[in-house]
Amino acid sequence: MNSSIASRFKGRDVISVLDFSKEDIEYLFKLTDHYLSNGYKEVLRGKVMAVAFFEPSTRTRLSFEAAMSRLGGSVIGFSSEEGTSVAKGEKFIDTIRMLDSYADVIVVRHRYEGSAKLAAEVAEHPVINAGDGRNEHPTQALLDLYTIYRLRGDVSSLVIGLIGDLKYARVVNSFLYILTIFKPKKVYLISHPLLRLREDVRRFVESRNVKVEEVFDINEVLSELDVLYVTRIQKERFPDPLEYEKVKNAYRVTAEITKRCKDDLIILHPLPRVDELDRSLDNTKHAVYFKQASFGVPLRAALLTLILGGVEGVYT
Amino acid sequence: MSIRELIVSKIKDGTVIDHIPAGKAFEVLKVLGLTGKEGIRIAVVVNVESSKLGRKDIVKIENRFLSKEETDIVALIAPTATINIVRNFEVVEKRKVSIPKYISKLIKCPNKTCITRHEGIETTFETLDSSLRVRCIYCGIELSYSEFIDLILKELSKS
Ligand SMILES: [Zn+2]
Repeated sequence: MNSSIASRFKGRDVISVLDFSKEDIEYLFKLTDHYLSNGYKEVLRGKVMAVAFFEPSTRTRLSFEAAMSRLGGSVIGFSSEEGTSVAKGEKFIDTIRMLDSYADVIVVRHRYEGSAKLAAEVAEHPVINAGDGRNEHPTQALLDLYTIYRLRGDVSSLVIGLIGDLKYARVVNSFLYILTIFKPKKVYLISHPLLRLREDVRRFVESRNVKVEEVFDINEVLSELDVLYVTRIQKERFPDPLEYEKVKNAYRVTAEITKRCKDDLIILHPLPRVDELDRSLDNTKHAVYFKQASFGVPLRAALLTLILGGVEGVYT
Repeated sequence: MSIRELIVSKIKDGTVIDHIPAGKAFEVLKVLGLTGKEGIRIAVVVNVESSKLGRKDIVKIENRFLSKEETDIVALIAPTATINIVRNFEVVEKRKVSIPKYISKLIKCPNKTCITRHEGIETTFETLDSSLRVRCIYCGIELSYSEFIDLILKELSKS
């Protein structure tokens, strides 16, 4: 156990992946490894985690809750605005203040960008961003990178492709931000022209010396890829439904690609999926998205352990 | 006595903003929130000869001593501007404007789904000097300096 890193984690907010150094993230990954191979310990007994999900998300919320339960802590909160004082018009910051007085850590998901940062300013206790509008979803990015780190090791030698909706999907922003910390060999952005990565995100990624290239057809780069990250394309992003149908099929990943990809290519997806990731892939060795999802609990358990200062108990 | 000294020496107490790029004086006043309704005397000199800039504007504000925080915002419009604080006809302080790291309270975030718009709180923009852009510290939206200034001027002309 490295006590100086551990003390950096204790009580900290998790708003953006960019708040972390590479050393911090590797330390978090080590603890995740530890939980995966040795199981959990009830190091957070007596601690309370509040989940404030102003926007529903089953996977993210349940994995936080499962993580907290595994560590012996308890959970309060809500999973949508319905039926809460928020629905009656209570201000966001007042809800956060209330939860802050009940809990030791607050996990926030909200449809507006910047909500987690604002919550962190209001709350005395640490706040974890579980998705703020189109902005960021840092624990998902940590989970994505952990999957690559665990299955493929050194990220710096890898060529990573992102395919799908690169414009609106917040997981894309956070994933690219975390890549700027780990610096892969190259990143290909594979999307329809309508769903290209936001200019400011691209500029930022390039300013941190990550090589990125846009392509419109996966076949141009498929044979180079070590990792393929697939994201959902949502119908409501398209003004014309016919346009959506065309795009959907062009950016759909099926078992067909496995004939021409590298033997050890891994395919990730944040789940849930719609049509963009064909079920024919599920039984191939390339599909690691279920494994990726299963890392959600140990990774979030490691994060909660560090933030709530329970790490001494893990290794003793 | 040069033209510049002549102009500066004309106010007894106050602030003189010199070396404003020609044609930008009125925007400078706006961004400082000075409309003329404050009851103080303001002189605006436009398109005068300047050895440094060719042509320049000058703004003289009587009986107001603008602080560094107040005048740094001018740097976004007039990066060449110099500030002279005058007391009893003498320049007692001379400083250059520099772009502030954080800019608050001037405008709402233009991103309609930024949390600050819904909680009715003021946002702060961080200046990213490497790219001549600003970024909302809450939602992360980025604007170029010129988009940002346009929004500020629009907001100020509403009030
Ligand atoms: Zn904003």
